[in-house]
Amino acid sequence: MTAFFEQPTLPTVWFIFIAIFWIGYLILDGFDLGVGMMMSKIFAKNEKERRLLLNTIGPVWDGNEVWLVTAGAATFAAFPHWYASLLSALYIPLVLLLVALILRVVAIDYRGKKASETWVTWWNRGIVVSSAAIAFFIGALLALTTTGLPVNESGNVVSAFAWLASPFTYIGGVGMVLFSLVQGMAFVALKTDGEVRHRARARLAALLPVAVLPLLAWALYLQFVGKSAGALSWALLVLALLAVVFAWVSVRADREGRAFVGTSLFMGAGALAIFSALFPNVFTSTLDPDFSLTVANAASSDYTLTIMTWLGVFALPLIILYQSWSYYQFRQRIRVEHIPAVHEIKELPRGR
Amino acid sequence: MDPLLIARWQFGITTVYHFFMVPLTLGLGPLVAYFHWRYVKTGQDRFKRLTKFWGKLYLINFAMGVATGLVQEFQFGMAWSEYSRFVGDVFGAPLAMEGLLAFFFESTFIGLWIFGWGKLKPKIHAMTITIAVAGSWLSAYFIMVANSWMQHPVGVEMVDGRPVMNDVWAVLTNSTALVAVPHVLAGAVMVGGAFLMGIAWYHLYRRRADGIDTVVDGKVVIGEQRETARDTEDFHAWWYSLRFGAIIALVGFFGTAFSGHAQAQLMIEQQPMKMAAAEAACEDGTEFSILSVSFDPASQSCEHMETLIKVPGLLSFLAYNNFDTDVPGVETLLETYSQQLGIHYPDDPEIYGDYAGQEIDYTPIFETTYYGFRAMFTFGGMSMLVALYVLWVTRKSGAGTVPESRWMKNLQLAAIWFPFIGNATGWIFTEMGRQPFVVAPNFQEDASIFLFTAAGVSPEISAGTYLFSLITFTLVYGCLAVVEIYLLSKYVRAGVIAAMPELTEDPADSDDRDRDVLAFAY
Repeated sequence: MTAFFEQPTLPTVWFIFIAIFWIGYLILDGFDLGVGMMMSKIFAKNEKERRLLLNTIGPVWDGNEVWLVTAGAATFAAFPHWYASLLSALYIPLVLLLVALILRVVAIDYRGKKASETWVTWWNRGIVVSSAAIAFFIGALLALTTTGLPVNESGNVVSAFAWLASPFTYIGGVGMVLFSLVQGMAFVALKTDGEVRHRARARLAALLPVAVLPLLAWALYLQFVGKSAGALSWALLVLALLAVVFAWVSVRADREGRAFVGTSLFMGAGALAIFSALFPNVFTSTLDPDFSLTVANAASSDYTLTIMTWLGVFALPLIILYQSWSYYQFRQRIRVEHIPAVHEIKELPRGR
Repeated sequence: MDPLLIARWQFGITTVYHFFMVPLTLGLGPLVAYFHWRYVKTGQDRFKRLTKFWGKLYLINFAMGVATGLVQEFQFGMAWSEYSRFVGDVFGAPLAMEGLLAFFFESTFIGLWIFGWGKLKPKIHAMTITIAVAGSWLSAYFIMVANSWMQHPVGVEMVDGRPVMNDVWAVLTNSTALVAVPHVLAGAVMVGGAFLMGIAWYHLYRRRADGIDTVVDGKVVIGEQRETARDTEDFHAWWYSLRFGAIIALVGFFGTAFSGHAQAQLMIEQQPMKMAAAEAACEDGTEFSILSVSFDPASQSCEHMETLIKVPGLLSFLAYNNFDTDVPGVETLLETYSQQLGIHYPDDPEIYGDYAGQEIDYTPIFETTYYGFRAMFTFGGMSMLVALYVLWVTRKSGAGTVPESRWMKNLQLAAIWFPFIGNATGWIFTEMGRQPFVVAPNFQEDASIFLFTAAGVSPEISAGTYLFSLITFTLVYGCLAVVEIYLLSKYVRAGVIAAMPELTEDPADSDDRDRDVLAFAY
């Protein structure tokens, strides 16, 4: 616990900011990645349902994704050494992540742009696969930065395939895929009406107790290896556990709003339990603890961090404000009956 | 295989590709916002059609811009980790500002706009696209601030071998950025104008070719084809787009010309080698080269360079606003660079890899700088000529339409590409002209702050790994280019009705609920 005060102030502030960006991303994109995966046969029964699912996230998914972009850019600005070491260490999985991110943006946007079954089916597969892949690689990336890779004294990982050997690639990856599904179901239960709503609720109740296990295991592991693991991080972990119970009780009582709050709180508290135990490390070396990147040795200068702090203090509340407004505008539940017929885009007839 | 070379090809391919989407987003966005405001103010059906049709194309392209932009945000750390460590203190800040102050606005409000039809109050709805577009322009500014710092590092001091920011205001008002931002935005405006022109011309041509409009005694007789919504209003929408696009393209052209002139004058001071390489000018002089030829292109040296056609004084005018001050040539500059920065790369294989201890080649590749520079302003100029021609053809309002010439229609469609090519070649010129530096030295302030491209690449990543990602990205981008162009053409060919199917629907068929849910976009 004392560790928080032994570390330089501004890098600590930015450690917290970056944790906030990641949590924002995991909660918000968590549900729209989950909705993407639900557009497969495992959940959706027909084309109208798939379109209903896509339209629940339609107005907001693009804004949700910016949390990831900002987490990346803010890490570059505040902790350039962390940004450089982590991203180059995970070069190959990040190429796959980027391909999935590209595919998903394009698939969501282009899916409905042509009324052909083949076209829609393939882009739909694109949405499902890319959503799962993004969740997996994001989970793996965060699990590996917190649990470590063989980083040498220059901050570079000694093997391009080191990530394949760490069990946390799979624990974090699968954990994030499952969490996204749960979060997606909680969101769909909240945003739709009719059969889809009831199905989402039932599936959520069944899946929730199992789906949180990998993330809980990862958070628990950090409580034993994290430098700052202590009363605070344990308390957060207990809070995450209580949030799961709350979500589960709520969904069984058909209270969708509370269930969504519960799953979101689980992710928020769980991620904080991990970050607070990890501190002051940001990217742990499994070769030698002295090679680990910490808030102190990975950070930018105090001048840069001061500018960034002013920026964050001004921008973050504003972003939360207008994104909330956007959610408020689209707060109504939607039903399959609301989905309009497909319009075919026909070429104009030629000739006189 | 040289990992550096593959990493550079990858950055080049992904960035040039990204910059096909970006100028269209930047250039078309304000036009869509303008049409939307006109519709809100006047209630005219014409402006609703313009908003919906151009808005649809805007969104198809917007998606690709966002998707390819994600790669940009991460590949600095992935492929250029030493660069990221070196510049992080100053370079990351504008990127973070872009995310927090611009990209969030852009993405959140574009979602509100797409889904806001019939849901938000008209003025608030028009405001959402305005904010999204303003976000994209602000985003361009921050990215140009970051790029300009690589061309001309300011606002920093060297601490423990790394530049540390000490004046953020100097970074945000970098003279290089202040001329580059207008140049890039004007180039984008040109793209937007040319896009309107080419497509509007196509539809006016189609109306004639399909026998809807006829010309009798030199006057157009506007016909109607109800089932495809090609009515009188449709004609006026295209006519308006055509003239408006031509004016916008001209505004963009003169914007690029004036800002480009200012850039050249700054470049001669800040990066004289780039200017000399743009001219393939080996010796000092005042002549602008119309045609220079190397008799041994492989040698990359001045010995075989011959300037065959030249205009005396023009280069001096571009650089100094007079006709007789000598512009320094490559050979003069080589001496300066070698004296100030050394002849060999430091002998440090961990940072410089295979380049450690090798001789430094301070001259950019002449072919790319010389032809890149020329292709940029030639394609820009051609676009300007097309715009002038369009204004001349459409000079008689209410009387004319486009000629029924298939050849001219094809030329107009091809002309959509001109400013795109101008943008791409301009970027290739300026980035290749900065080599061998990734951060060029600032001779006016602290010339010790620079970074060789060879020192920026990620040290532990093999050529094979870079090749894997280069091939992956190139294949994915290639496929997506086909898809985007296919979709854009499909929507262009289908006309306004593609974005407004309600135009041909019988109002009695759709009850109120249906109309309400037309807002759904996916």
